[in-house]
Amino acid sequence: MKSRHTFGERVSRIEDDALLTGRGRFVDDIALPGMTEAAFLRSPYAHAAIRRIDVTAALALPGVIAVLTLDDLRPYLTTDKLAVGMPSPSYRLEVDRPILASTEVTYVGEPIAVVIATSRYIAEDALNLIALDADPLEVVADCREALKPGAPRAHRALPHNLVAEFDITYGQVDAAFAAAKTVLREKFWQHRGAGQSMEGRGILARFDESERLLTLWNSTQTPNVGQRLLADLLGLEETEVRVIAPDIGGGFGPKLVFYCEEVVIAAAAMIVKAPVKWIEDRREHFMSTTQERDQYWDVEIAVDDDARVLGIRGSLLHDHGAYTARGVNIPYNSALTVPLAYNVPNYRMDVKLALTNKVPVTPIRGAGQPQGCFVMERLLDRVAQKLNLDRAEVRRRNLVRADQMPCTKEIKLRGGTFVVLDSGDYPASQQAALDAGGWSGFAERQKAARAQGRHIGIGVANYVEGTGRGPFEPVRVRVSASGKILVASSATAMGQGTKTMLAQVVAEQFGGEIDNVVVTTGDTSAMSSGFGGFNSRQAVMAGSSAHSAAMTVRAKAIQAASHLLEAAPEDLEIVGSRIQVVGSDRFISLGDVSRALAGIAGYRLPGDMEPGLEATAQVIVHDMAFSSGSAVAEVEVDVETGEVRVKNLVLSHDCGRMINPTLVDGQVIGGVAHGLGNALFEWMGYDSNAQPITTNFGEYLLITATEMPAIKILHSESPSPLNALGVKGVGESGVIPIAAVIVSAVENALEGLNVRLAHCPISPMDVLKAIADVRKAPSES
Amino acid sequence: MKPPPFKYYDPTAQNEVVGLLSSLENLKLLAGGQSLLPMLNMRFVLPDHVVDLNRVAGLDFVEADAGGGLRIGAMTRQRTLEFSADVAARAPLIREAVLHVGHRQTRNRGTLGGSLSHLDPAAELVTAAVALDAVVALRGPAGLRQLAMSEFMLGYMTPATNPDEMLVSVTFPALPAAHGWGFVEFARRHGDFAIASAAATLVTDAQGRISKVALALGGIGVVPLRMPELETGLLGAVASEALFADHCRACATVEAMDDALVTAGYRQQLAPVMARRALMAALQRSGGGAATQPH
Amino acid sequence: MTGASRRAIKLQVNGKPHAAEVDVRLTLADCLRQEFKLTGTHLGCEHGVCGACTVLLDGQSVRACLMLAVQADGRAVATVEGLAGADGKLNILQQAFKDHHGLQCGFCTPGILMTLTECFADKPDLTEQDIRVALSGNICRCTGYQGIVDAAMDALRKMRSLL
Repeated sequence: MKSRHTFGERVSRIEDDALLTGRGRFVDDIALPGMTEAAFLRSPYAHAAIRRIDVTAALALPGVIAVLTLDDLRPYLTTDKLAVGMPSPSYRLEVDRPILASTEVTYVGEPIAVVIATSRYIAEDALNLIALDADPLEVVADCREALKPGAPRAHRALPHNLVAEFDITYGQVDAAFAAAKTVLREKFWQHRGAGQSMEGRGILARFDESERLLTLWNSTQTPNVGQRLLADLLGLEETEVRVIAPDIGGGFGPKLVFYCEEVVIAAAAMIVKAPVKWIEDRREHFMSTTQERDQYWDVEIAVDDDARVLGIRGSLLHDHGAYTARGVNIPYNSALTVPLAYNVPNYRMDVKLALTNKVPVTPIRGAGQPQGCFVMERLLDRVAQKLNLDRAEVRRRNLVRADQMPCTKEIKLRGGTFVVLDSGDYPASQQAALDAGGWSGFAERQKAARAQGRHIGIGVANYVEGTGRGPFEPVRVRVSASGKILVASSATAMGQGTKTMLAQVVAEQFGGEIDNVVVTTGDTSAMSSGFGGFNSRQAVMAGSSAHSAAMTVRAKAIQAASHLLEAAPEDLEIVGSRIQVVGSDRFISLGDVSRALAGIAGYRLPGDMEPGLEATAQVIVHDMAFSSGSAVAEVEVDVETGEVRVKNLVLSHDCGRMINPTLVDGQVIGGVAHGLGNALFEWMGYDSNAQPITTNFGEYLLITATEMPAIKILHSESPSPLNALGVKGVGESGVIPIAAVIVSAVENALEGLNVRLAHCPISPMDVLKAIADVRKAPSES
Repeated sequence: MKPPPFKYYDPTAQNEVVGLLSSLENLKLLAGGQSLLPMLNMRFVLPDHVVDLNRVAGLDFVEADAGGGLRIGAMTRQRTLEFSADVAARAPLIREAVLHVGHRQTRNRGTLGGSLSHLDPAAELVTAAVALDAVVALRGPAGLRQLAMSEFMLGYMTPATNPDEMLVSVTFPALPAAHGWGFVEFARRHGDFAIASAAATLVTDAQGRISKVALALGGIGVVPLRMPELETGLLGAVASEALFADHCRACATVEAMDDALVTAGYRQQLAPVMARRALMAALQRSGGGAATQPH
Repeated sequence: MTGASRRAIKLQVNGKPHAAEVDVRLTLADCLRQEFKLTGTHLGCEHGVCGACTVLLDGQSVRACLMLAVQADGRAVATVEGLAGADGKLNILQQAFKDHHGLQCGFCTPGILMTLTECFADKPDLTEQDIRVALSGNICRCTGYQGIVDAAMDALRKMRSLL
C-alpha cells in the first residue's frame, strides 16, 4: 500500500452521495417536535408611513399562535436596528435596517410583522387578516433621480439620498487627458439582478430554556458572523447561541448578509416557547433578499496613437437600495477593478451611492467586479474602433505583462494595503483564448456568414479577480481515537465542494485516504470564530489553514509514533490510516497514536509530548490572490428578432494551483452561466413607483440548459506566492468577463450597422432598438 | 406561497360538474392545473370551491372523424397531443405548437381544454386553434353548444363559457392531406410563453399557387389574431418568400399589447417576421409530401 | 356532491403504500415532505418553473408543487429516494452525476434526476440537444448545466450498453 496524492486530483466529492439519494439536509428538511411555522407581513408600499398595525383578526384565526410586531420583540432585543455596515470613511448617512418596520417602510417587501402558526398554510391565511394602515410617501425609484436637487427622500427623516461618496484616484489624470490626442467618452448602464439560489433563505430556531441554548439552523454563508450578531442582539453569551448552516442550496452572495428575519425568528422561538421555522418562498426572495442592481457610469479614456492607455477618469453612480446591509464594497470593487488587468498610468473614478426605495443592495457573485471589467473592456473596444485596430491587439499592448509580476497597483484594498497582482501571464492567457476561440480566422467566417444573411460576431475580454479575502479562516484538524481525521472549520459550504476541498488538502498529509477524513463546516459549535463563504476566499484562507493544521498534526503524529515504535521519525511514513516504518511491517494505527496522546491518568505521555493529536491553524493573509483569465465568445444575432445565441465560448483561466480541477471547472462554468444571465437575461425590474415587476421565474429569466453553449476551459497554473498551497480563489472568476465579452461579440456581429452597445443585460428588444436608433440617427463622422 | 383554503370536489360525471357549476358560487374548475395551481399558490385567485376534472369520464380522447377532422377531449393532456399519431397525421400544426408549450413536466399535466379556457393570448394551443378554425363544445344545463374560436374568445383571457358551462371537446375541421403547416414563435428561452408567435396552414396547387391559407398571430393582441385580408390577398398568388414578406408587412400594424416587460412596438416588429417564417415553414411542407416531423 | 376540506388518501410512493389524512389544499410536494418525511423532493419556486419538485406520477414527470395531494390518491409516485438500490448503491444515473460533477449545491438535483429518469424511459436514443431540451424545465443556478448534460449522456451510454 502506497501513500496517495489527493491535492490536485479530480477526486469525487464527498458531498454527493447524500445529495443524490435525497438524504441531503437542507433547513426545510429538518422538523422538530412541536415545531411552528412563520410567515412575514411585508410592505406592499415602496415608501409609506405606518399608522397602525392591527393584528386582532389574524390572532383570532384558529392555528395562529402569535402575531408579532417590533413592540412585541423589543423586550427580547438589546437594540431595534441591525448595524452591520462595514467600516468606511465614505458614509454620509447612517441607514441601518430596523428589525421590523414600525413607523416607516422604505421598500416593497420590507418585513413588518411575523405570524407564527401551526403551519405555513395557516400563517399565510393570517397575513391577509392583518390590517396595515399606512400613508404612502413619495418614492425614489431610480438612483439617477435620487441625487437631483429637490428629489424625494427615500427615508423621510434623512436630509438627502447620498448615502456615501468616495473616489479612487492615482497619478495625474487631468494632466494626462490634457496632453492626450485621443479621448473617448462613453456612458454605461449595468444591472446585475438577484442571487436566486435555488434554495431561498430559511431559518429554524429553537430555544432550549433548560440548557439556555438558542440553536439556529440557517441557510447562511456566514454562520459565525450570525452567531455573534444574534448574541449581541438578544443579549446572550456566544456560548448560548449555536448557528448551524446545514446543506445550503446555493448562496451566490445574498446569504452572506445578516437579515432581520434571523433575529426575528430567534426571538419568536423564545416568545412562543416552541421551535419556529421560516422558509422564504420565491416571491419573498424577489422582494426581500438583497440584490445587486443598477450602476450608471460616465467614463473617458485617453490613449496615445499606439492605443496605449494614458488615463481613465469618470464617475460611477450606484443604486444602494433602501438601507446599508453590507457597505460600500460593491462600487468600491467596481471602481477598483477597471484598471487592474491593464497598465493604466493615471486614474480617477468618482463614486456616489444613492438611496432608493428598493431592496438593499449587497454583493452577488462577482461583487462589482463584472461591472468594472465591462467598463474597461468596452472602452478598449471603443479605442480599437476609433484607431481601426484589432480589439485583441489593443488589449495586448496594454495588458499587465508577466515580467511585471508581482505588479503593485497604486490602488488600496478596502483594508488599506495596496493591490499587488501576485502572479500570472495575462497576455499569454489572452492568446490562448484567441487561438482556441478561432479569432484569427473569424473575419473570413463572418464574411461568409454575412453572405448568407447571418450575423455572427466574436468578442474578447480579460479579467482579474481579487480572491482570498483575509485576514484568516480557522481550521482544526484532529485525529480521533478511531483513526478518523476530523476536520472542522468556520468555512461554509454552499455547493462549491468545500468539504471535499478541505478533505483533499488534509488527506494529502495523511496517506491520501480521503474516505478517512470527516469534515464539519458551518457549525459554530465546531469552530467558534471565522467568517464563512464569500469573496472566493475559502480555498485560499481555509485551505491554507487546513494545510498548516494538517502539517502540524502530521508532524506530531510522526513524532509520537517514533516514540511508540522506537523508530526514527525520518523512517516513518503515513500510509492509509496507519504510520509505518519504511520497508518493514512495523506500524501503529493513527487511532492508537491518538489514544496514546490522549494519555492515561497517572502516566507520562509518550516522549513527554504535549497531549492531544490536534491542531488549529488560522493562517493570516492580508494581500489578495489575483486569479485571472480571458474569454472569447462567438454569437449569432437574429437581426429580425434581436435574439442573441451564444455559439461558442472559451475561457482561459488561471487560479494558481488547482486543488481539484473538476471542481474548478464546475465553479468556472457555473460562473459563466451566471454571467450569460447578466449579459442577456437577468433583470430585476421595478416600475416608476418602485414596485417590483419581475417577481417570478417567468418574468425574471434564469438561463436554462437550452440557452447554455458548450464551454471550453483552458487552465494554466501560476502558483500564488501568497500562500503555501499556491492557490487562488475561483468562485467568481467565470462570471466576471462574460457580460463584457458577449456585448463585444454582439456589437461585432452587427459590424457595418454601426450599432454601439453600452449596457447589460441586452434584451432582444434592446438589440432591435439599437439597430433602429442607428438607422434613424444622422450619420456620425 | 401555499394555496388558500377551499372545498374540493372530484366528480366523475360531466353532469355532476354542470350541477356543481350551477349551484356553487366562486368556483374554479381544475384541469391540468399548470396555470391554476401557480395562481392558487400565489393567492392570485381565492376560490371557495375547486372542482377537479381529472376524474371526470369522457373528456380524455383523440377521435379521428370520418370527414378527416379531429375531435379532442378537453382533458386530453398536451403530452397526448405530442405523441398522438392521429394528431400528427391530421393536424400536425397542433403537434408542432405543443412542442413549444412549457416543458415535459407541464405537458404531462396540462390539457387542451385548460389551455383554451385559460385563453392566454400567448398560448401556443390557442393560437393553433385559431389558425385551424377550431370549434369548441360547451356543456351546460341545457346541453351542448358549439362555438367557433372567433366567438369563443370574447377578450383578454375571457372565454365565452357561461358560469354554468364546461368545455368538453374541441373539433378541428379537416384540412387537405397535402396542406403545409408552420408554427414559429419567439420566446426568450425554450418553453417560455411566446412574446410573438405565428401559426399557418397553406395549400398550393401544382403551379405553386396558393389555394387555401390560414394565418394566426399569437402573443401580439389580447387574443390570437387571424389576418383575413392578408389571407385573401395571398389567394391565387404563387407562393414565395418575397410574396410573404411583402404581404406580412401588414402584420406590423395590428393592435399590440404593451406591458412592463415587452412594448407594443416590439411585438409589432416581431409580428411580420413570425408570420413570414410560419408561412415559409408551411410552404416547405405543402404539396402532399409525407408529413416530415419537425424536431 | 359535497365538498371536502380534508380527505384520507392512499397512494404508492416508491413502490410502498402510504396513507394520510390531509387538507385538500396540501400540495403533493408538501405531502411528500411533511406527511411522508420524504424530504428529497425540494421546493424551489412553488409556481411550476424551477423543476426542483419534479416527481414521477404513474411514470410521468410532474411538478409536485402544481398538484394537490388529493389528486394523487390511488396513484403511484416515484421520488429521488427510490432511485438507489435497496443497499443504497447509486443507480447508473446517480453515479454518472457523481462522476461528472453534475451537481453542486444539490438542491435542484432530485428534480433533474427524476426528469431524466422519465426522459430515458421515453426514448433511450437521445442527442445532447434532446437532453438539453428535456432539461429546459429544470433550473440549476450552480453548474451551468455542462456537468449535468455530460452525466446524462454518460448514463445513457452505460444504460444502452446494458441492453
